[in-house]
Amino acid sequence: MGHLESVPLFWRRMKALYTLTGVECSNCGEKYFPPRLICPECSGKEMKDFKFKGKGKVVSYSIIEVPPQGLEYQTPYGLAIVELDEGPRVTGQVVGCTLEEIKAGMRVEATLRKIIAINKAGVIQYGFKFRPEGYPVFNTEVT
Amino acid sequence: MRKVAVVGIGMTKFGELWDYNLRDIFTMAAIEAMDDTGCTTKDIEAFYVGSMSAGRFVGQEHIGALLADYTGLKHVPATRVEGACASGGIALREAYFAIKAGEYDVVMVGGIEKMSDLPTTEEVTTTLGAAADQEWETFMGLTFPGAYALIAKAHMNRYGTTREQLASVAVKNHKNGKNNPKAQFRREITVEQVLASSVVADPLTLLDCSPVSDGGAVAIVASEDVARKFTDTPVWITGSGQAGDTIALHDRKDLTTLPAAKFASERAYSAANIGPKDVGFAEVHDCFTIAEIVATEDLGFFPAGEGGKAAEDGLTEVDGQIPVNPSGGLKSKGHPVGATGVAQVVSVVEQLRGEAEKRQVNAPNIGLTHNIGGSGATCVVHIFSR
Amino acid sequence: MQNGTCGIVGYGSYIPRFRIKITEIAKVWGKEGERIAKGLGVMEKSVPGLDEDTITISFEASRNAVNVAGIDPSELGAIYIGSESHPYAVKPSGVTIAQALGAVPVMTCADLEFACKAGTAGIQMCMGLVASDEIKYGLAVGADTAQGKPGDALEYTASAGGAAFIIGKTGREGCVATIEGTFSYTTDTPDFWRREGADFPMHGARFTGEPAYFKHIIGAAKGMMEKMGTTVADYDYFVFHMPNSKFPLRTALTLGMPPEKVKEGLVVRHIGNTYSGSSLLGLARILDIAKPGERILCTSYGSGAGSDSFSLVTTDLLPEKRKNAPSVDDYIRLKEYVSYAVYAKHRHKIRGIE
Repeated sequence: MGHLESVPLFWRRMKALYTLTGVECSNCGEKYFPPRLICPECSGKEMKDFKFKGKGKVVSYSIIEVPPQGLEYQTPYGLAIVELDEGPRVTGQVVGCTLEEIKAGMRVEATLRKIIAINKAGVIQYGFKFRPEGYPVFNTEVT
Repeated sequence: MRKVAVVGIGMTKFGELWDYNLRDIFTMAAIEAMDDTGCTTKDIEAFYVGSMSAGRFVGQEHIGALLADYTGLKHVPATRVEGACASGGIALREAYFAIKAGEYDVVMVGGIEKMSDLPTTEEVTTTLGAAADQEWETFMGLTFPGAYALIAKAHMNRYGTTREQLASVAVKNHKNGKNNPKAQFRREITVEQVLASSVVADPLTLLDCSPVSDGGAVAIVASEDVARKFTDTPVWITGSGQAGDTIALHDRKDLTTLPAAKFASERAYSAANIGPKDVGFAEVHDCFTIAEIVATEDLGFFPAGEGGKAAEDGLTEVDGQIPVNPSGGLKSKGHPVGATGVAQVVSVVEQLRGEAEKRQVNAPNIGLTHNIGGSGATCVVHIFSR
Repeated sequence: MQNGTCGIVGYGSYIPRFRIKITEIAKVWGKEGERIAKGLGVMEKSVPGLDEDTITISFEASRNAVNVAGIDPSELGAIYIGSESHPYAVKPSGVTIAQALGAVPVMTCADLEFACKAGTAGIQMCMGLVASDEIKYGLAVGADTAQGKPGDALEYTASAGGAAFIIGKTGREGCVATIEGTFSYTTDTPDFWRREGADFPMHGARFTGEPAYFKHIIGAAKGMMEKMGTTVADYDYFVFHMPNSKFPLRTALTLGMPPEKVKEGLVVRHIGNTYSGSSLLGLARILDIAKPGERILCTSYGSGAGSDSFSLVTTDLLPEKRKNAPSVDDYIRLKEYVSYAVYAKHRHKIRGIE
């Protein structure tokens, strides 16, 4: 798919994809990921960079068997909505443990992995995925 | 303001229509709708068509112009409307506004999607994924089945909804679809078959999901001034409501409900001066079984969390307390994305005219359509009555 | 550099969690797995996940190193990733690590290749820039997702993993180990190579022994001790490049080093040969367990061929600082076994997979 091979489309998001940098509204303090220009809460238009720590918990997850393009050979994978400790939620894969070990409520932390490599010749698109907090020493039982 | 009615309807069979391309599928539906009313191309003053992704499925944009042309309409203002899977419903709403405002008397509203020309499942999945947040959901590997799987899991965790309850929705809709000559699937299935089919995104299996389909649907909409010229059985649009929500599922606090549907239906009910109890039957957006369960709760038919049990107990059967998807729904009828919203209108109008044959709801007077875009970022609800 | 101007401010490691047993590989080729494993002194090797590569492995190790060092990553003035499996032939792995760590844009970067000793070469380059005050801290990583030709002897041991070292000046606070000095021994010896575009390397079988590995690693280790004026008795630990357990133990025997001082670094037994990560992961493990004031002789070997040797002394800061990242043993202990088929899928050995 054309847009998946676009270099600028990927490059522009590197700061967000590699370092989980979003924004904080200077007016009301709400934090957002990915970055946006206008605050839906207070309509404020002054946003400053905010780097999320990458730690959070799994809100809900599903094991995906039928993937979109670019992830054909990675199935089955665990896809979760993760609530970052600072508030906002993001969508990301859960790696570093077996699929059976993924649980709603488990603590996770962000790491860098390959998201998409369309073919042997294109640019490799890296980004964040989540794995159990404390990796490689962790316990996925939810307390 | 003047009233608006649906005076003619038409739709093609939904399915893998290998022999027909995008423009022909639409034209066939348009011909059926015009024949239904006895109106001709000369009567049509404006044209609105809903299509999600003609550009990506068949490389064609500017389809308002293309389809108006091939439908035989000359120099008619033609607009393509897009709201992912709610494109058809929104197209109707645009026509409704234009007529209410006095701009036109007779408008053709259509919905179309030609999905099967994209060869692989991955390409279709990615194209549909454009209705989600492309950069932050689909890119990460979220698919539409995945999004609704997350909703299903949240609903199951909070309310104890079971996979069997989800499956019962698919079973009911196939039973209804068997009686729909236009449906893609006309065979009954069982709960066991649904549970045993291959997993697409846990817990949803293949039979929890609506199919990839081609199809077109058209409604001719007219003002009260001219409606009776075209039909003795106009079906009035008594309420229209639309609402939006965040594009990304992860930006919503509660995954067990689609607020856009709640707001859209409240606005439609208010415009029609009715409440959920007054609705006789509904065609809702069952892109996945869980979507129908959540819809029945969002529309106020059942309290939050009880949609699953209601479906399992048969309350939404054709002869039940509140028939839902008597046409077979998206699951059995098919889901050519842009066409669905208008196909729902076709089904409701058939019911209210008493023309639904074996799937006829008993003496309906008020029907409702509920059309969702994406994972709930758009919802448009219309209310119809005789 | 002779008087220990530079030191290790922080270090980190990363090993992917999948493993395949030597016996599982041997089964496919109809060989006696138990005998091979015993002969090599290697039981199983690490396998990268489908979404892992030298860049992601280097990032993990580097982030651990930054956490141990306790520095602001923007103070890294140079990043050198040494590998023979860089994801790109042209576009350095280092820039992605730099971007992800937040070290950009005021810094220098280039990728290194010298078979299994590219990582130690990076340490030497950082030492130069740090000692000359051109940069405050330099990051050198040795990491690989090594590729073994199906059915070849090296397929049993070619594995994945990496270790990262942040170099700074010893005068400043923060070093967990002082680098007393470095010594290298390099010649043109084609014992193992891969031409541009070839999928798998070729090697000279028995030629990789005496004229290659042993000549250079012994030459470098001896040269390091001569330069330092030290003897075997002055060292508490010896780390050598580990293509298997046999070669480092034989080297130790030749040089009169007690095997118990070599044992602790032999991570190869559990994870195989991580190529550019090999001696550096061994060094990382020693740093995980060493007490302050202990001396380490670490000697790498890269085919082609060359060896870099380092004489290091641990400091009082080591025991506290190393708690800020997982240990090599933490990564070794986390494992999930895969079959040869899944291993082949992960290693892109199946035709038709991009």
